[in-house]
Amino acid sequence: MGAIGVIAVNAFRESLRDKILYNLVLFAGLLIGLSVLLADLSITEHHKVIADMGLAAINVIGVIIAIFVGISLVNKEIERRTIYTIMARPISRTFFIMGKYLGLALTLFVNMAIMWAVFLLTLWLYHVPIHPSLFQAAALIFVEILVVTAVALFFSTFTSTTLSAIFTLGLYVIGHLTADLRSMVANHESGPIKSLVDLLYYVCPNLDMLNIKGQAAVGIAAAPEFVLMASLYGLVYAGFLLTGACLVFQQRDF
Amino acid sequence: MDDIVTDNLSKSYASGWPGRPPFVALDGLSLTVGRGEIFGFLGPNGAGKTTTLKILMGLVRATSGTAQLLGQPAGDVATRRRIGFLPESPYFYDYLTAEEFLGFYGRLAGLNHAALALRVTELLELVGLVEARTRQLRKFSKGMLQRIGLAQALIHDPELIVLDEPMTGLDPIGRKQVRDLILSLRDCGKTVFFSTHILHDVEMICDRVGIVMKGRLVASGRVDELVRQDHTQSVEVVCQQLKVEGNAFIHSLASRVLQQGQQCLIVLPTPDAVDALVGEIRRQGGRLLSVTPHKASLEDLFFQEATQEATRVLPQMTSGRAS
Repeated sequence: MGAIGVIAVNAFRESLRDKILYNLVLFAGLLIGLSVLLADLSITEHHKVIADMGLAAINVIGVIIAIFVGISLVNKEIERRTIYTIMARPISRTFFIMGKYLGLALTLFVNMAIMWAVFLLTLWLYHVPIHPSLFQAAALIFVEILVVTAVALFFSTFTSTTLSAIFTLGLYVIGHLTADLRSMVANHESGPIKSLVDLLYYVCPNLDMLNIKGQAAVGIAAAPEFVLMASLYGLVYAGFLLTGACLVFQQRDF
Repeated sequence: MDDIVTDNLSKSYASGWPGRPPFVALDGLSLTVGRGEIFGFLGPNGAGKTTTLKILMGLVRATSGTAQLLGQPAGDVATRRRIGFLPESPYFYDYLTAEEFLGFYGRLAGLNHAALALRVTELLELVGLVEARTRQLRKFSKGMLQRIGLAQALIHDPELIVLDEPMTGLDPIGRKQVRDLILSLRDCGKTVFFSTHILHDVEMICDRVGIVMKGRLVASGRVDELVRQDHTQSVEVVCQQLKVEGNAFIHSLASRVLQQGQQCLIVLPTPDAVDALVGEIRRQGGRLLSVTPHKASLEDLFFQEATQEATRVLPQMTSGRAS
């Protein structure tokens, strides 16, 4: 196993031994249970409510883990000075960042897989049809989580944990609003406002592109080309952020 | 062949405020550590010891100057395979067991599974933690953490071992074990470079020492040479039945005179005045009990350097304030 693999497996092990992760999985189970309860209360479309709430729960839990574990991934190593002994080993700083990212990605994948299994079980128990669109939505949720993790990791290479959390959360919210903002100001006369929104649109991640939960809940599948392109967009964006994180991390003193 | 060479190494940190001068942590530090040597890097808190070690390990970049380890620039990734490092007051992944912990660092150093299994057992025995092999590090005492830290520094059998305050947090038995370990490493042909402010440890085991004050290397060399060169031995003379009060001659020779009942202790700053003092004691009818040359220690040298540094820096600070 290469150095990246060793770091990744250790990051995965750290996350698994962190009890917060287990609590969040439990929380996801509760949310899915709540969706069933809400579906019982709703008069019509209870299939849609179950699917919608389940996907939303998986998304929210995944993003919370990505942000709060992601921001501490590198910062914790520096603050607790564990970085000293790691960086004294024959491993480059780039490999360290990549290893940490892959370790968290693996954790998130396992967590999401558990939540997905609970979700499918819930659907099966309540005789909700399992459309292929649900799988598409889940795939894009995972891509979104990978992007958010990269954002958190990027900020954590040069700011404190608190600031990283604020910036990541802010970028996550903006990332879901830029497309709407752009369409709102499309016919606006003011040049500077349009330019600012355009800048935000191109610089911030367009996370709304990765959100097809609404249509997936009612069984409308997206075109496979769209899913592919959206995934590619997310992965390339995450790649840029990771490159930035590596470049910043290269210059840091510990 | 030198394993560590630093040339005019400097490190300063920006103050963060415009107009304020940067903080100089290291100021033109040049030193060499030969192969197979135990080199003690001495200095008070904040002298620049840890900064030097961090630069050597590539954790911090020098503002100017160069540093080489095993013939390669400090921070070279491939060279780190041949270097072991223990930081000051180390913090480790406390969720790992001792075995997992050493396994992790061994794998990072590129050891294969079979070699690692053998090496982990060997090192746990060496640092006396075999019984704690399946215990998580969060349940370790400070001394145990220091010992497991030493084991991780040695997991890949490095040629050069860099230790930052390795005796910190250890009880006298633990300190002796670490001293013995360092000596045994030298016997195996390893080079050990360690920082400390515990002078006694340095005096006991180091081949050479360097003393750093305010980021500058103020003395470097063999302990016995440094002590002989830079510090004149004092002599303690004990006598009886001698009235020293009012004896201007004795007071002019001595740096300190203590009268306790019948006994009198006279400290001479140099051995040169012993004959004159003994003659005076006899003339006054006193009885000579002992003449003890006081061997100058590294501690004396250390304090001498610290005092000189303080007197050098204080006028600068005062003049700086005045201007």
